[in-house]
Amino acid sequence: MISIYSFLLETLTAINAAPSFTVIEAVLSASMQEMDVSVWRGDASGGGLEHFRVPAEESQTILDVVAWIQQYADPTLSYRYACRVGMCGSCAMMVNGVPRWTCRTHVKKVLKDNAITIEPLRNLPVIKDLAADMDPFFDKWVAAGGVHHPTKTRNEPIEILDPKTPERVETDTGIECINCSVCYAACDTVSSNVDFLGPAALQRAWTIYLDPKDADPNVILDAVSGKGGCHNCHSQGSCTLHCPNGLNPMKAIAGLKRATVASFFKGGR
Amino acid sequence: MIRPHRSHPLWIAYLLHRLSGLGLALFLPVHFYVLAFALNEPERLDGFLRFADNPLVKIAEFGLVFLLAVHVFGGLRLLALEFLPWSPRQKTLAASAVAAAFLVAGTFFLQAV
Ligand code: HEM
Ligand code: SF4
Ligand code: SF4
Ligand code: FES
Repeated sequence: MISIYSFLLETLTAINAAPSFTVIEAVLSASMQEMDVSVWRGDASGGGLEHFRVPAEESQTILDVVAWIQQYADPTLSYRYACRVGMCGSCAMMVNGVPRWTCRTHVKKVLKDNAITIEPLRNLPVIKDLAADMDPFFDKWVAAGGVHHPTKTRNEPIEILDPKTPERVETDTGIECINCSVCYAACDTVSSNVDFLGPAALQRAWTIYLDPKDADPNVILDAVSGKGGCHNCHSQGSCTLHCPNGLNPMKAIAGLKRATVASFFKGGR
Repeated sequence: MIRPHRSHPLWIAYLLHRLSGLGLALFLPVHFYVLAFALNEPERLDGFLRFADNPLVKIAEFGLVFLLAVHVFGGLRLLALEFLPWSPRQKTLAASAVAAAFLVAGTFFLQAV
């Protein structure tokens, strides 16, 4: 766009009819597209949306928009990111009401009526502005039994696993989780039940339950069948729909439901 | 308005299941109360059945049969999702549950009029 105006300007100068400086400015700013960006500002005690005009660019991500605001409009804006390529799981926010990785969400995919709303992840306490407190999410990861219970010591040879067993094939569909909490923010059961372990933690528990190297799968079944366990899930599938990695926590939770019920009927617990 | 993170078929299926479940919980006590007339006060039951011949009531009955059918098929769908081997066709199954419920309720309606 700008090049068209500079071309026009050059032509006008050439024929000695250059418009005044204010006219050029007006033309330039009209040619530079700006978006209306509403950003949630505040902390644990409350807050609200603040509005910014942000210049539109080619191939711009939501994280670019947040960074622009922080660098050029308000340096006090707090947010979190690290890898900016969808590996670290730290940049997730609510974008127009939907949880997303901001680093892998293109503006042109979500821009509606030239406006975007960016808020901290749902279902988690806010630290400040766009930075949500991930502690409850990680605590539940541990509470769901998502820790390996070893069968061997480091002095024994490494156990060889067959990658083609049905258990391993199923496990493979659940291990690419990067702990971003997008599924956790999408889940209505998490919002209505503070104890619910949530999709990511339960999916992690499921993959460990399937691991033949795990010493005590029953510990996992106990951990996932309590008050906040897998049976709280209503199979709404928002976790699966929104997971940016294309994982399927709803399927993993259904697996845990089957395993816990089977263990119950086998006279287990 | 359904909030953006919820606007997808399986969430709507969940909403339908909850509303139909609550609808049934409200309706069934009334239903049993009226049925009890058959034993205690047959004249009152007859009076009620005449009232039930009213076309508007027939339409309402269509709604109730639909509620029951959509809850039963939706419930069977959930049980299949949770207890049978995983199938990736969940949206199709949810839509089929609603279609089957329309079929049952529609057939009931045509029988009733
Ligand atoms: C006849 C066959 C029925 C089947 C197969 C069935 C199945 C189910 C299932 C699987 C759920 C759990 C849904 C979830 O996890 O969200 C459920 C929930 C429920 N059902 Fe039924 N149900 C049946 C009949 C009834 C009846 C007769 C009533 C009314 C008294 C009823 C009322 C409810 C209610 C209120 C819920 C809670 C809804 C929710 O959690 O979202 N159901 N049903
Ligand atoms: S399951 Fe998906 S959405 Fe949930 S934390 Fe893992 S990567 Fe994120
Ligand atoms: S399927 Fe279960 S865990 Fe996933 S969003 Fe729905 S209620 Fe939450
Ligand atoms: S910044 Fe690492 S996933 Fe977005």
